[in-house]
Amino acid sequence: MSAGATTSPGRGPAPPANPAADQPESRSSLWHDAWLRLRKNRLAVFGLCSLAVVTLACLAGPWLSPFRYEEQQLNLGAAPPSLRHWLGTDTLGRDLLVRLLSGGRISLAVGLAATIVALSIGVIYGAVAGFVGGKRDAFLMRVVDIMYSLPFSIFVILLMVMSEEIAKRFNLGPNWRILLLFVAIGAVEWLTMARIVRSQVMAVKKMEFIEAARALGFGRRRIIFRHILPNILGPIIVYATLTIPAVMLLEAFLSFLGLGVQPPMSSWGLLIKDGADKMEEFPWLLIFPAALFSLTLFSLNFLGDGLRDALDVRSSKD
Amino acid sequence: MLRFVTSRFLQSLLALFVVVTATFFMIRFVPGGPFTAEKAITPEIQRNLEAHYGLDQPLWRQYLDYLGNLARGDLGPSFKFSNRTVNEIIADKLPASAELGSLALAVALLLGVSLGTLAAVRRNTWIDYVASTVGMVGISIPTFVVGPLLVLGLAVHLGWLNASGWDYASDRVLPALVLGFAYAAPISRLTRGGLLDILHQDFIRTARAKGASEFRIVTHHALRGGLLPVVSYLGPATAGILTGSFVIETIFQIPGIGREFVLSAFNRDYTLVLGTVILYAALIMALNLVVDVVQAWMNPKVRLES
Repeated sequence: MSAGATTSPGRGPAPPANPAADQPESRSSLWHDAWLRLRKNRLAVFGLCSLAVVTLACLAGPWLSPFRYEEQQLNLGAAPPSLRHWLGTDTLGRDLLVRLLSGGRISLAVGLAATIVALSIGVIYGAVAGFVGGKRDAFLMRVVDIMYSLPFSIFVILLMVMSEEIAKRFNLGPNWRILLLFVAIGAVEWLTMARIVRSQVMAVKKMEFIEAARALGFGRRRIIFRHILPNILGPIIVYATLTIPAVMLLEAFLSFLGLGVQPPMSSWGLLIKDGADKMEEFPWLLIFPAALFSLTLFSLNFLGDGLRDALDVRSSKD
Repeated sequence: MLRFVTSRFLQSLLALFVVVTATFFMIRFVPGGPFTAEKAITPEIQRNLEAHYGLDQPLWRQYLDYLGNLARGDLGPSFKFSNRTVNEIIADKLPASAELGSLALAVALLLGVSLGTLAAVRRNTWIDYVASTVGMVGISIPTFVVGPLLVLGLAVHLGWLNASGWDYASDRVLPALVLGFAYAAPISRLTRGGLLDILHQDFIRTARAKGASEFRIVTHHALRGGLLPVVSYLGPATAGILTGSFVIETIFQIPGIGREFVLSAFNRDYTLVLGTVILYAALIMALNLVVDVVQAWMNPKVRLES
C-alpha cells in the first residue's frame, strides 16, 4: 500500500500526462501517424467537425440567444419556424432552438460524465483482473459474465423510479437526479471496457519492459498505471469514443420514458418525447430534436470507427 | 457436452437468484411504500393492508416467503389491482409482447443476415457501401426516433397504417420493423465480418475448385462458420429487443408486458415490478443458455475451452 501511495498521480483512469515523458520520439510519432491516418478518413473528419460545431453551439448558443430555455410565451403557443424563432416554439411558447441547445448541454454532459464513470470502473477492474491473472482473474471475469446476463437497463429504470422517493426523503434537488443518472448509466456500461482492457493488459504484461520494471522493484500499482495503461491507451480511447453514443442513447431512452431529466430542464431524449407526443399538429417539435440527436450519434460513431482504424485497434468483439 | 450445459445452467440459476435478491431488497429499502398514496388512510386500514400482504412480518421472513412462493411459480398478488395476481397480469400481457419480440427478431435476422451476406460477397462495391451505411443508420438512430418519424410519415400523412393499436395484422408491421431494424444493423456488420473471415479459408477455395456455385458456397459452406459471431450476439440482441419493447409498446400503445413494467414502476406496484423483472431475467438467461449451447454445438472450440 505504501508503495502505491507514492504514485498518486497515476490513480486517475487514464494518465495522459505520461506519454510525453516516457519515450518522446516513438510515442509522438505513433500519435502523429494516427492523426494523419484519421485526417484521411473523410467520415471521421466530418464527425469530428460536426461534433465540434454541435458542442460549441450548445455551449455558446443559449448564452447568445435573447431567449431562455424555460421562458414561456403562452400567447404565442406552438409557432412554426420563423425569423424570430429559427426552429419555432413549443406549445408553451418556449424557443425550440434554445431548448435544443441547452438540452444538448445536458445530454452531452451526461454522455461524457457517464463515460468517465464507466471508463474508471472498467479500466481499473479490467487492468487488475488482467494483471493478477490466475484464479482471481477467473473469478473477476466470471462476475462480469454474470453481470452481462443481467437485465441491466431494467435496474436503471428501477433506480430512476426510486430516485424520486429517495430525493423526496432527503430533500435533494433536481441536480442530484442527474448525478444519479450518470452514475447509474456508467455503472452499467463498464463491462465491455473491463473485458477489452483485461485482454490488452494480458498481452502487454508479458513484454520485457514490464519484466524490467518488476526487476526494478516497482509496486503493482505503479506498473499497472504508469507502464501498462499508457501502452493500451489506443483501445481505451477508441472504446470510450464508442461508449459516449451508447450512453447518450441510454439517457435519451430514460428521458423518453419520463425517467431521466425532468422538465422544465430539457435534454434531447425529453425533447424527442415531447415532439413525438405532439407531432401530428407540430411536426417541427419532433423533426429538429431528432435530427440533431441523430447527427451527434452519427458523428460520434464515425469518429470512433475512424479512430479504431487510425490507431489500428483490432476489432475487439471478444 | 452435458457437463457444459449443466455448468451453464447452474450459473444462470445463480444469476437469477442474484437478480431476485437484489431487486427484492432494492425495492424494500426505498422509503415510501405502495400504500403511501395520495389519499391518506387510517392507521388501522394501513395495518390491515400490511397484514393482508404480509408486510408486517420481519423482512427476512417476507423474503423467504417470497422465494418459497416463487419456487412454486406464484408471484403473489398485485398491490395496485387488488383483485388480480401478478401471474394473471403477466398471462394477460405477455402474448402481445412475445409476438412483437419474435417478429422483431425475425426482421432483424432476415434483414441483417441477408444484408451482411450481400456486403461480404460483393465486398467493396456499392452494395457493400450501401449496406454499411444502412448499418450505421440503424446503430445511430434510436428506435424512439425512427418510430415516431415513421408514424408521422406512413400513418399520419399517408394514412397507410394505423398510428397505434394492436388489433389488426397490419398493426404489427411498423412496431416489428422499427424494433427489428435497430438490431438488423449490428447483425449485418457481424455477418459481414464473420463471412469475410471464412471466405478466405482453404476449404472455401477447395469448394470453389470443385466447381460449386458461389451461391452454394455461401449458403452451404461459409454461413455455418460465418454466423458464429451472430449467434453469440443473439443473447444481447434478445435482451435489447425485450427492453426496446418498453419504448415501442409506449409509442404504439401495445398492451404488452413492457408498457406494464414501466407503468408498474411508476405506480410502485412492487410485486408486479418484481414479477416482471424476474420474468425478464429468466427469459434473458434462458435465451443466453440456448445461445451458449448452440454456439458450443456449432464450434467445438468453445465447448473444449470451458
